[in-house]
Amino acid sequence: MPYFDKRDFPVFDAMPGLVYLDSTATSQKPKPVIDAVSRYYREENANPLRGLYGLAVKATDAYENARTAVRDFIGAASEREIVFTRNATESLNLIASSYGRGNIRQNDEILVTISEHHSNFLPWQILAKEKGARLKFLKCGENGEYTPEMLEKALTPRTKIFAAAQISNVIGRLNPIKEFAEICHKNGTVIVCDGAQSVPHIPVNVRELGVDFLAFSGHKMFAPMGIGVLYGREELLEQMPPFLYGGEMIEYVTLCGATFAELPHKFEAGTVNAGGAVGLHAAIDYISEFGFAKLEKREKELTRLLIEGMKETPHVRIIGSDEPDDHCGIVSFTIDDVHPHDIAAIFDESGIAVRAGHHCAQPLHKYLGVQSSVRASAALYNDRRDAELFLECLKTIRRRMGYSE
Amino acid sequence: MSNFYNEILTDHNMHPVHKHELAVCTCSREGVNPSCGDDITLNLRIEGGIIADGSFTGSGCAVSQASADIMLDLVIGKSIDEAERLHALFMKMIRGEADDSELEELDEAAALADISHMPARVKCAVLGWRTLGESLPER
Ligand SMILES: Cc1ncc(COP(=O)(O)O)c(C=O)c1O
Repeated sequence: MPYFDKRDFPVFDAMPGLVYLDSTATSQKPKPVIDAVSRYYREENANPLRGLYGLAVKATDAYENARTAVRDFIGAASEREIVFTRNATESLNLIASSYGRGNIRQNDEILVTISEHHSNFLPWQILAKEKGARLKFLKCGENGEYTPEMLEKALTPRTKIFAAAQISNVIGRLNPIKEFAEICHKNGTVIVCDGAQSVPHIPVNVRELGVDFLAFSGHKMFAPMGIGVLYGREELLEQMPPFLYGGEMIEYVTLCGATFAELPHKFEAGTVNAGGAVGLHAAIDYISEFGFAKLEKREKELTRLLIEGMKETPHVRIIGSDEPDDHCGIVSFTIDDVHPHDIAAIFDESGIAVRAGHHCAQPLHKYLGVQSSVRASAALYNDRRDAELFLECLKTIRRRMGYSE
Repeated sequence: MSNFYNEILTDHNMHPVHKHELAVCTCSREGVNPSCGDDITLNLRIEGGIIADGSFTGSGCAVSQASADIMLDLVIGKSIDEAERLHALFMKMIRGEADDSELEELDEAAALADISHMPARVKCAVLGWRTLGESLPER
């Protein structure tokens, strides 16, 4: 029985005292996940979907069972809607490349929020350039919020795609994706949801949300690196051409053509990451066993501790809202006169891992008029003590950089 | 717990001597670290093979700013050859290969010696020096 705290995560044995507050970049991995991957490679490894012998059947089962687990986890209608990719970035590129190329024409509009991660921004920028379409930005309000009214105003009859993160990796605020999806569909606009930061932290149900596409990465939700998911509504995936070509995604190949495999394998060319999928399956089980209710409660408490302490610290400026409940475990901030890289280096001297930079969201930083920021983020394994050590160090930073207070 | 941010570094960061525009300069060059947003412009006035004056402007982390300021302390008044030599010495220190007497020659710049253990910060420390290297005339 897992403990659902630091004890489940071997990295904290290897680095005792580590205060890891960078789970937004990638999460640490619990024993059940590491063990499941290890067991797969020890006992069930063969090339899935290919061999006709017993071991290959086992490998195929392990891989396809993982797909079923993902389907259930995000409430998709069928396994045909679940495509395994390397990560959220690849999923988003797949949509832009396969759906986008086939459906975007000159003078069409693609709308993205100003706070999108480069992974949900560059593929659309490239697509727009290629097709002579217009890329437009939905700008957030003062507290990092996007409202249905803002979206309604920004859509035009030409808007073919709206791409938005459910939770921004900088602002940390939960966006009203369900309302967005309704508005988009009334307008004939396809909605692409980047779930990289939401799927690990809140229950996400694609049918309740009504999104057309959802992308996320396993490694941010306790699974290994190199496994990601693309969810797409079946009727959309059905009409899309393959993304990559090669083995395992075809039905017949002749010298002059090929017919492609059924969904979802049409989009999974080449040997797949079965070990990663098994790890993702174990990660889903781990999260489900703990339950989102407890997970969210713990992350909320930590966020509250962090934000309240930060608000008490002079010269600290939080990006987005001042309300802890608007942050979903992600808090980005700046400190007057101290460069984020120096802040992160000082935290590191105290054994505290935080991220500094533009967090792959340069357009947002530019819009907010800050060059870069520091980000602390919480996950299931963080505890009160982590927050206290973080705040203790935070309070010393300006002094350590030579300022009197 | 190490204390990388020593007084030399914080002092040059907070009160840089050479951070200003240069009224008369013979060469002005921008140096950028795109990933961290460090962005400086190095201005030099070279007369008769000597760096008669120099300054920098721009913004960046404490390491990049202090390092540029310390560098200008060292090279102003020196010949181009001597500046080249110091440039090479500094790079050697950053690779963790400089000996004690070489560190002594680098004077305050030696306060950055520990950066050789911090790969992510190396580019901040060398930004000014790299820009200097690119600014000096080929011989
Ligand atoms: C909101 C968001 N979208 C997309 C990504 C890209 O994820 P990956 O690098 O796993 O593809 C990230 C990761 O940092 C993210 O936070």
